[in-house]
Amino acid sequence: MTAAAIENQLKGASTRNAAARARRLRSLLPALSLALVLLAIAWLNPRAISYFGFSLMLNLAIPIALATIAQMFVIAGNELDLSIGTFVGFVGCVTATWLKDAPLLGIVVLAGSIGVYALLGALIHLRNLPSIVVTLGMSFVWQGLAILILPKPGGKAPDWLLSLMAFKPPFIPFPIIAALLIAAVVHFGLMRTSYGVILRGSGGNAAALKRAGWSLLKTKILLFALTGLFGVLSGMALIGITTSADANIGNGYTLLAIAGVILGGGEFVGGRVSPIGAVLGALTLALAASPLLTFMHIPPDWQVAANGAILIIVLAARVLISRRER
Amino acid sequence: MPQANADIVRLDGAEKHFGAANSFIIRLDGAEKHFGAVRALSGVDFHVGAGECVGLVGHNGAGKSTLMHMVAGTLVPDSGKIVVRGASEDNFSVPRAQQLGIRCVFQELSLCPNLSVAENTRINHPSLTGFGWRRKAADLIAAKLDEIFPDHGISAFDIAGDLSIGRRQMVEVARAFTLTQDPLELVILDEPTSSLDAHTAGQLLAFVRRFVAGGGSCILISHVLGEVLQNADRIVVMRDGKVVAADAAKSFDRDRLVTAMGGAEGHQKAATETAKTEAGPLRVRARPARQQDGKELVAHVGEIIGLAGLAGHGQTDLLLAIFTAAGRAKAGIEVTAPVALVAGDRQSDGIFPQWSISENIGIRSLARLRSGFLISPQREAELADFWQKKIGIRTPDVSNNIFSLSGGNQQKVLFARALGSDARIVLMDDPMRGVDIGTKLEVYDLVREEARKGRTFLWYTTETEELDNCDHVYVFKNGRIVANLRRDELTEEKIIQSSFGDAA
Repeated sequence: MTAAAIENQLKGASTRNAAARARRLRSLLPALSLALVLLAIAWLNPRAISYFGFSLMLNLAIPIALATIAQMFVIAGNELDLSIGTFVGFVGCVTATWLKDAPLLGIVVLAGSIGVYALLGALIHLRNLPSIVVTLGMSFVWQGLAILILPKPGGKAPDWLLSLMAFKPPFIPFPIIAALLIAAVVHFGLMRTSYGVILRGSGGNAAALKRAGWSLLKTKILLFALTGLFGVLSGMALIGITTSADANIGNGYTLLAIAGVILGGGEFVGGRVSPIGAVLGALTLALAASPLLTFMHIPPDWQVAANGAILIIVLAARVLISRRER
Repeated sequence: MPQANADIVRLDGAEKHFGAANSFIIRLDGAEKHFGAVRALSGVDFHVGAGECVGLVGHNGAGKSTLMHMVAGTLVPDSGKIVVRGASEDNFSVPRAQQLGIRCVFQELSLCPNLSVAENTRINHPSLTGFGWRRKAADLIAAKLDEIFPDHGISAFDIAGDLSIGRRQMVEVARAFTLTQDPLELVILDEPTSSLDAHTAGQLLAFVRRFVAGGGSCILISHVLGEVLQNADRIVVMRDGKVVAADAAKSFDRDRLVTAMGGAEGHQKAATETAKTEAGPLRVRARPARQQDGKELVAHVGEIIGLAGLAGHGQTDLLLAIFTAAGRAKAGIEVTAPVALVAGDRQSDGIFPQWSISENIGIRSLARLRSGFLISPQREAELADFWQKKIGIRTPDVSNNIFSLSGGNQQKVLFARALGSDARIVLMDDPMRGVDIGTKLEVYDLVREEARKGRTFLWYTTETEELDNCDHVYVFKNGRIVANLRRDELTEEKIIQSSFGDAA
């Protein structure tokens, strides 16, 4: 009997270790893919690996990282936000117009838009609607509003935002510090706090959570509100860098954000997300998007397609590793 | 006279410290529940005393789960009264039940697979917050696991999804007994041993006895009647949404329980039927991947072959290997006829949740159900109707969603899928997990009948009683066949000996 028990224990430990090893490997994948892209850049153009080079290459990484985190929150609750790109554009237009000219109105509108996200979460939960449909509809609403606010490209970012995004800390480039900060804050909030467990649990097994007495309406509202909040931060960061806005400025962000979450080790269902991975995924995408391809002398016409090819390669590697897990 | 005294005491509302039998933790009076046209519970009176283990038995669909959902606060009765510790509860809910110390381990696994064991513990304890909550939750669950299942080999930081189904169940049970600020009075265990092997199931039941002896209360739902008879103080039998018998456990025996549940016929047949003598043509010859000696599994036409041993020792792997080998050649395995698999974990491997009952039955026979390029709905419905009648799937309409069925009836659908197909070999991966005794007996008859008609069954089961239906039993240990027993040399001792003994 005891021999069997010990053996049982050993057997359990070994299968579990294998699962844990595979998971560790998979959680290292975002860092590995980022390192690979960095190595390629260093090899193609050693001068790019410098304070100035990183500041330039990672310039647009901050808004992408923020949008990716925004998307990660809805994905944590088994939903998808197809409107995050046009929402970032909408926020950009508000930032470049009202937030500069009438700050109070700008703040109210941005806070209100986070409120709209929270309401969408409530609507999706209460009416049991597919989030893809609701947010696809909303993407046109945000786009339309953005065009109403700013029919032609223009506007100007508030000065405080410009100086914030132009901040040049010693030794480490600002985008890297910002990425570390975003990853640390969100990791702590979602992965370490006791309520973060409930938020992730709502994606893992909603029925169990409900039985334990938690409100699923509240978790859904909170996840969507957080998406709205990080969408607002993303739009503001973007305008802080580009200095002026355009109603279509964020359109590419929807798919970029989804890809960033998945690249970072997240899964579409099951509440399996990783904030650190998502930020790494966003950085990888930002680097692979244009600096790497420019250094490879790929003409701009082909860059979008090449970007997609890189995405397929990295995601395929992830699938291969997950398959080994079984 | 003592009875009357105790009643007076109870009316005074100070029952807590008086005679165990009369101090009710919870009492339901005339509880009723309808789901649409279906009456799940019709006027049930039920109570649990302090320091009492109540065994609850009955067919799947008899209303046990509905009743337990009411005790746990997840369902509100349409009419009737819930009284907890003498006080009537008008707005009974999950948080209220938790405040009052009522916990439930539900039949379906209710851990979040993406969270760690400690984090899953936190979900049931709203008070585990603030600085250092992870450490506290980890200590809490680890201590309880140590107490209930010594040598469990589970770390509090393991991700629940990485654990085997048995270990997940262990975590879930241990979690229900963890204690923070809310009291712990009553734990409902719904099929707690269905995924545990004999060793851990014994540990759990011993713990339940200790818990009850210490003044706690417990409701034990199990289809393993021996467990209920040995561990419950009082047994309540349900049938068709009513309590049909309730008495001290001592006054019941197996036969009386089975009779009360209404599934008596056909039980004796299993033992008396004579074993087949001559072997027909070969159907399956398979050697497990990790087998080092020459032992192999051999099955002929019309045979029922049992795969025994402790849970998770390579039985499922071999069944899956045989299933793959039917499609394309595989070293060490020979399969001579079409194969169908009846999955054990029906929620994740068996049913298609969005589909109707008839679609779930027809999926294995699409080639036969075709007319032109399309699936003929009539033929699909005919097939489903035939099997609904043949094995008694309890539903008014086979075009209903599969989830409208109770667990046992869902499992019948999976049997209908396999038996309705052209497969001559049926692989069964512990399909009777959490299925009531009536359904089991029906399925045993069906399996023997189909075997007589020439079908071959490979049957992995964790319940030793089921092996009585087999012509031949292979015992597995560590992915290898360690014993090969004919029906006439089959005894429980031999199986346990081979499962636990050193592999020769």
